[in-house]
Amino acid sequence: MTITLDMAQTDLRTVNTTLQAAAKGQANEAYIIENPRGSHAMACGLDGALDVTVKGSTGYYTAGMNKDATVTVEGSAGPGVAENMMSGVVTIQGDASQYAGATGHGGLLNIRGNASSRCGISMKGIDIVVHGSIGHMCAFMAQKGNLVVLGDAGDALGDSLYEARLFVRGSVKSLGADCIEKEMRDEHLTLLAELLEKAGADAKPEEFKRYGSARKLYNFNIDHADEY
Amino acid sequence: MDKTPQTLPRQSWTFSNEVNSEIRRAAATGIYDIRGGGAKRRVPHFDDLLFLGASMSRYPLEGYREKCDTSVVLGTRFAKKPIELKIPITIAGMSFGALSGQAKEALGRGATMAGTSTTTGDGGMTEEERGHSEKLVYQYLPSRYGMNPDDLRRADAIEVVVGQGAKPGGGGMLLGQKITERVAGMRDLPQGIDQRSACRHPDWTGPDDLEIKILELREITNWEKPIYIKIGGARPYYDTALAVKAGADVVVLDGMQGGTAATQDVFIEHVGQPTLACIRPAVQALQDLGMHREVQLVVSGGIRGGADVAKALALGADAVAIGTAALVALGDNDPKWEAEYQKLGSTTGAYDDWHEGRDPAGITTQDPELSKRLDPIAAGRRLRNYLNVMTLECQTIARACGHNHVHNLEPEDLCALTMEAAAMAQVPLAGTNWYPGKPGF
Amino acid sequence: MCGIVGLFLKRDELRPQLGDMLTDMLITMTDRGPDSAGIAIYGDEAEGRVKITVQSDTPDTDFEGLEPALSAEIGVAATTRVIDTHAVLSVPSDKEAAAIAWLEARGLRIMGSGQSMEIYKEVGLPKDVAARFGLRDMGGSHGIGHTRMATESAVTTLGAHPFSTADDQCLVHNGSLSNHNQMRRKLAHKGVFTRSENDTEVGAAYISSRVADGDTLGEALEGTLKDLDGFFTFVAGTKDGFGVVRDPIACKPAVMAETDDYVAFASEYRAFADLPGIEAARIWEPEPATVYFWER
Repeated sequence: MTITLDMAQTDLRTVNTTLQAAAKGQANEAYIIENPRGSHAMACGLDGALDVTVKGSTGYYTAGMNKDATVTVEGSAGPGVAENMMSGVVTIQGDASQYAGATGHGGLLNIRGNASSRCGISMKGIDIVVHGSIGHMCAFMAQKGNLVVLGDAGDALGDSLYEARLFVRGSVKSLGADCIEKEMRDEHLTLLAELLEKAGADAKPEEFKRYGSARKLYNFNIDHADEY
Repeated sequence: MDKTPQTLPRQSWTFSNEVNSEIRRAAATGIYDIRGGGAKRRVPHFDDLLFLGASMSRYPLEGYREKCDTSVVLGTRFAKKPIELKIPITIAGMSFGALSGQAKEALGRGATMAGTSTTTGDGGMTEEERGHSEKLVYQYLPSRYGMNPDDLRRADAIEVVVGQGAKPGGGGMLLGQKITERVAGMRDLPQGIDQRSACRHPDWTGPDDLEIKILELREITNWEKPIYIKIGGARPYYDTALAVKAGADVVVLDGMQGGTAATQDVFIEHVGQPTLACIRPAVQALQDLGMHREVQLVVSGGIRGGADVAKALALGADAVAIGTAALVALGDNDPKWEAEYQKLGSTTGAYDDWHEGRDPAGITTQDPELSKRLDPIAAGRRLRNYLNVMTLECQTIARACGHNHVHNLEPEDLCALTMEAAAMAQVPLAGTNWYPGKPGF
Repeated sequence: MCGIVGLFLKRDELRPQLGDMLTDMLITMTDRGPDSAGIAIYGDEAEGRVKITVQSDTPDTDFEGLEPALSAEIGVAATTRVIDTHAVLSVPSDKEAAAIAWLEARGLRIMGSGQSMEIYKEVGLPKDVAARFGLRDMGGSHGIGHTRMATESAVTTLGAHPFSTADDQCLVHNGSLSNHNQMRRKLAHKGVFTRSENDTEVGAAYISSRVADGDTLGEALEGTLKDLDGFFTFVAGTKDGFGVVRDPIACKPAVMAETDDYVAFASEYRAFADLPGIEAARIWEPEPATVYFWER
């Protein structure tokens, strides 16, 4: 069953309460949100399998802390989309603003357009696939998970990176401190192929370069003080 | 034989032995001094204030018979479920990681017995502390280590940490020694590596964005939980005002004597304002916005006894939070470990290398053998006792000033012993009706 | 800490709707800035004349008889339009300096001046400020609006944005500058003075001082990247359009939309929700440390 909520008539609190209850109750329903008008915190805190489609562009923190739900934005998403996401799938048909997938722990964030700065900042296990390009400072202090970019990356990619894996098909404007290009081994090609398939991305793993942490900042060393 | 009189060798005040030792240490290691705790330098503090007491112009209350209430409710502005505490003293945020599991459990036990709340820290919520804390405040920090919606929902309040008194404007640096398998697992990081926590939140900057972040946190938690905003004592007037404008239910204000698990000594000693100097500007901001007592103010940083609590409340706080004092109550820096402190190059009372994880008292460590030294039940009881003593002391003072609730303490109940304290607390120098900066003089 | 909106029309037929479109955008940004609001609107110009926008807290007395008194002072006819606490005075270009000096001496606050720019700003919620000035009914080629959440300087009319420190130039800002006191002293040494304690006004004064020294507005905006410290998204209005620049860290939000009819700027996408044809607009975010311009 598909239920439509029109935000021209329904306020955010009601929309989120309805969606959260449906997700929690495993109602097996699908929801369509109309007229989102850039609202913040849309469909955030969902905890359970639920299919939500937002017809239009959203504001900050769409699908924040998502668990298990599938949220699709048929437009662009504002800052911090799918922040701290735990699981499930969040898809943005348009562009994503800053901080997309910030501190995400799991699940898939699939951005069909471009992502702006700080995409995947401090990510902790999430998979992020960006079909377009990404801005500066992406994957800053990224801890775990995978960031796949079909287009180009901006300045300071992967600054202060931990164990997250970064795959970029296009150019990288500059690498951040402690981020280096790494050998693409078979295991990475296999992983990348899976991620591309999951995200429905039209690209071949062989076209990508892999970037990761040089691990020089893992324990303080005065000889690397310039990096701080 | 030369009998010419000679002057004694003279030590420099500027280049003292302590200063020189730090220069040598820096030259040898190439890293700044990292340590735990708060500012150790002498700064104007609550000690420099006295209560006036009642006699003829005001009537004191009888101890033990005439009621003097100590309860406090935090989060009355927007939250559906404000936090009700029996005493106006809470336990400040300290992380599992910085502290052992046993220490976190002891804090939870002690606070719960005393009827107050405890707070998580940078590193997520553990079962020990959730299980043993009747009321638990969940910190929302830039690192978001262990952050998840389930813990958010099982917290009693959410504290968005913007700053910390020990290091306003700074991030964290937890050295690899303490990153055991469990700590690393909770933080999604490899074992044994340094942890650099960011100084700004990853997904918002500034009060205009914070307002939207608060909206999200409220939407995820059904508008039930009070949202605290913790700020470091740096620019308390503006920061308090902006926290209120961003939608805070509670402002937590941490002065420079507030502790940390680990940061640069230069940061601890040279950034931020003394707790005493922070309270009045913060209260002024609340009053200017018509929000004093509507948005509650929790003050921390160097609170040690009931007199400090009473003074903070008199200056306008609704409650206080203790961190270092709570650790001392549990057993931190206890003389019984003197021999071991000596081995670590320190001594009782001075031990501050909490980041190294070799705490003989078993509190600021992840070493299983050391951690075992702390009995969480006995330590929890000590904390309970200490909280009760502080509360009784605070009540004693409030009664002496003629108040039936500790919240009715006011700046006019105080005088200052020094010009500095008079200026910072904006209460008259003892014996006068004047303080520096008083309007109309 | 604030909300910014900007709208630049590409088609003259839309000019009568400028105020209406901007007003909705401005009100949407209320959460980001509930303390005060302001708008710079670039409207009709008269050959050889400038408009001076002034503000008074006691308009009933201050604006009474202002027009004849000013006309007598400068020796030619001035015209006056009073809108709530503001008055827009039109004088011949060569009398502008004399008129401003005289108006300031009378205790009126100068909001800005220029051939086409008028500035309206007051303390209060954006919807109330917009209603007081009848922003909805104003027409023009482009306009910039601002809602303010005051950080360190006072919530006053003078502390509200936009700030104008030169003819037809104005600046709005989201963020917080960290070297504005030093820069204010530096500018004062050059003889460039600000009227408030506000950090943004220093940014505006910096830009107009560079322009006065011969730089283009683009060069001056480039200069902010080197000489101003802190976090900022700036939108600078000029007679012909507007420029946008974000600091290199670029944490403060900025989003732009372009259609065949307009270019729009806002702190958040929400502000675009009511714009015609927004569904099909090109939407993007300005890059950090990059100067953008839209001009007629």
